[in-house]
Amino acid sequence: MSACPTTLPTSRPTEACPAADCADVNASCRLPVLTLFAGAAFWLVVGAGFALIASIKFHAPGFLADFAPLTYGRVHPAHLNALAYGFAVQAGLGVTLWILAQTSKARLALPGGVFIGALLWNLGVLVGVGSVLGGGSTGFEFLEFSQAGSVSLFFAYLLLALSGVLTFANRTVPSACVSQWYLLAALFWFPWIYTTATALIGCVPVRGVTLAVIAWWFANNFLFVWLGLIGLGTIFFLVPKFAGRSLHSRQLALLTFAILLGFGAWAGIPASAPVPAWLPALSAMGAFLSLVVVIAVAFNLKQTVGKYLCTRSEPSPKFIGASVWFLMLFTLGNATTACAAVAATTGFTWLTPALTQLGLCGFFATAMFGAVYYIAPQLTAAEGCCARPAKIHFWLNLPGVLFLVGPLAVGGIKQGLALSHTATPFADVTKATLPFLRASTMGDLFLLLGALLFSVNLGRLICGCIKKCCGAAGCCRTKSEVAS
Amino acid sequence: MLRRGGLLPHQIGGGVMNRGPVIFFSAFLAFAISFFAFVLLPQTQIGRQPLATVDGVANAYPAARPGEAHQGAEIYRANGCVTCHSQQIRQTGNVFDVVLTDAGTNLTAVLTAMNNHLNPAVEFALTDVTNALPKTILKAVPTKAAAEALSKKFTEAGAKTDLRVMPVGPDIARGWGLRRSVAADYLYDTPPLLGSQRVGPDLANVGMRLPDANWHLVHLYQPRAVVKDSAMPPYRYLFTTRKIGATPSADALVFPAGFGPEAGYEVIPTDAARALVAYLQSLRVDASLFEAPMTAPAK
Ligand code: HEC
Repeated sequence: MSACPTTLPTSRPTEACPAADCADVNASCRLPVLTLFAGAAFWLVVGAGFALIASIKFHAPGFLADFAPLTYGRVHPAHLNALAYGFAVQAGLGVTLWILAQTSKARLALPGGVFIGALLWNLGVLVGVGSVLGGGSTGFEFLEFSQAGSVSLFFAYLLLALSGVLTFANRTVPSACVSQWYLLAALFWFPWIYTTATALIGCVPVRGVTLAVIAWWFANNFLFVWLGLIGLGTIFFLVPKFAGRSLHSRQLALLTFAILLGFGAWAGIPASAPVPAWLPALSAMGAFLSLVVVIAVAFNLKQTVGKYLCTRSEPSPKFIGASVWFLMLFTLGNATTACAAVAATTGFTWLTPALTQLGLCGFFATAMFGAVYYIAPQLTAAEGCCARPAKIHFWLNLPGVLFLVGPLAVGGIKQGLALSHTATPFADVTKATLPFLRASTMGDLFLLLGALLFSVNLGRLICGCIKKCCGAAGCCRTKSEVAS
Repeated sequence: MLRRGGLLPHQIGGGVMNRGPVIFFSAFLAFAISFFAFVLLPQTQIGRQPLATVDGVANAYPAARPGEAHQGAEIYRANGCVTCHSQQIRQTGNVFDVVLTDAGTNLTAVLTAMNNHLNPAVEFALTDVTNALPKTILKAVPTKAAAEALSKKFTEAGAKTDLRVMPVGPDIARGWGLRRSVAADYLYDTPPLLGSQRVGPDLANVGMRLPDANWHLVHLYQPRAVVKDSAMPPYRYLFTTRKIGATPSADALVFPAGFGPEAGYEVIPTDAARALVAYLQSLRVDASLFEAPMTAPAK
């Protein structure tokens, strides 16, 4: 077996590859990847802002109620979509392209295409979020964007993914690393599920509940499988770097990969859905088998890290560690609530959005923060410069997720129990749930502050880089670039 | 370059995955299976489902929503009512009521059957057999077989009985519906606004439960005018408030005492609000279907 970056015994976390290659690779990634990160940071703030507005409405239903675009039923989906498409996909693709270039030891292919793709993607998100706020939502969760927005997203994605695939094809090291499986599969996965869902919902006249099944299928394939692939691909790349040794077991990572794709892709149909019973049953089986992911990932990372990770105080490993915990809770929660017996109580309660947020803001966003704080300083030649503010971000993000997900989950369970106790009038069910919703506003507030800090940190890195560009003759160079 | 010999076996696993096409095809296989099971099969099984036959009339259910209600569904979708309201009733099972419809001619035999098979604590009289028919003689028998066995005792005595199928479950006990929702109920709904949240009550049958248009309009304009401490947001932007002209408008909302606009003003629903209410009034699931049988309560 030939050299694979994840199996190289690197001890310094910032050294992704030997100096000479690194210079070129980072230079080719700088503009496109930073553009994706900047777009992601923008939508993160927008999404977190919308979340806070939506949350405040549970303190005072009249808050901003007379302005139609900010009514709860529009601002809430706008928040989720801004986070999912604006932040998550964009940050995920930025990280993916960089890791693929690094592990392939090849320059990023089509950097111009990525830049245009990033602009087109942001345009698509803008049009989509605008359509939701303007009342043009399709009414399907995570597919609310209008067709104009979706089409723009689709073509933007093709440009971005093409660059990733070509970069991999140009690899100068012959073998693929574990994280490359995950990231490449993810690059392919999204257009398949996205075209299937948007085409069947938007163009081909499919009727009634089948539409809902397709939307559930998509939402799960996006939230669990796609985010899972990107997140785990990132984690499996970074953790060995932090620990300074190779990933414990490629076989376990392969098993995780197979289960996530093979069975994770079955989950997502709610147990109570008004469809033939075999559908939710098959889906529950998929969710249940996905528990293997939890065990395999936990064991693999534990064996890789040994006692190393805990002794590190850099921000990136902290984020990644938290992210792994959130992934485990998320998968566990999904499997539990897929059980028909549990879903009878928890279905239609706040536990469902709590789990969505655990996956999106907990697992995925946290992993992306870790990755961006690792990658962006390398791209801007400012290694180690934002460690302190990044650490503050960590301490805003962690309580943010906990204060958001915790109250929603507990409130959801209480709500479910109260709803099944039919002697409790509905007004009392609401009364029992509201305090939890109000407590979760705290989480939204922390997450918004975290998002702002993240943007400031990223903005400072980018500004520093631009300043250096204008000051020195060449553009900002990493230490290794200068050395070469 | 690392030598193979330097690595433990588990560190070189998955070697076949090192090729791009292998990654592509393994992902595609997983996608294809998932697509087949969750997109294609449901489409062939329920996507082409014909309208249901109800009471022997083919293609009778569901009825297409009338024009205004159809527009109302668009208002409902555009304003995201689905983020807080589900439209889907769940059911834990059925129970069966046995109803005596005709006592027949051999009244004493029926009376004996009553005394032998019904509540042993009650001594039935002949008047119980003949009075107030049809009457439910047994409520909530948990299985169909048991209910049928019991009604057989009565048919053997020459009486006629009916078996009523009564769906049960918390949603039904809350009065949100008569039976569980099934795929056939949504054939005309594009998009089907099933919802995933019950911040507010389920609305699958709200037209049956709350038929009054003025109630809905006032509730949309100012939920707290009709429901104390309602957590539902107001939709004042679907209404116009104007000075009362020479004659008050017939369309103006009628508020309960202590609510409504200041004196001299009236609140008029826009077309959107009216359509939305027509849609809410059209929400009713009251047909017994093969896959979700029920006996509708006597009207
Ligand atoms: C923020 C969540 C929320 C949104 C959005 C929302 N509702 Fe509600 N809705 C509630 C709550 C809570 C109740 C229960 C209190 C009440 O009756 O006002 C309710 C009650 C209702 C009821 C009365 C149901 C009954 O059985 O008493 C109707 C009808 C209704 N909503 C219609 C709508 C429509 C139409 C929309 C969209 C224009 C909408 N709701 C949007 C939360 C919401």
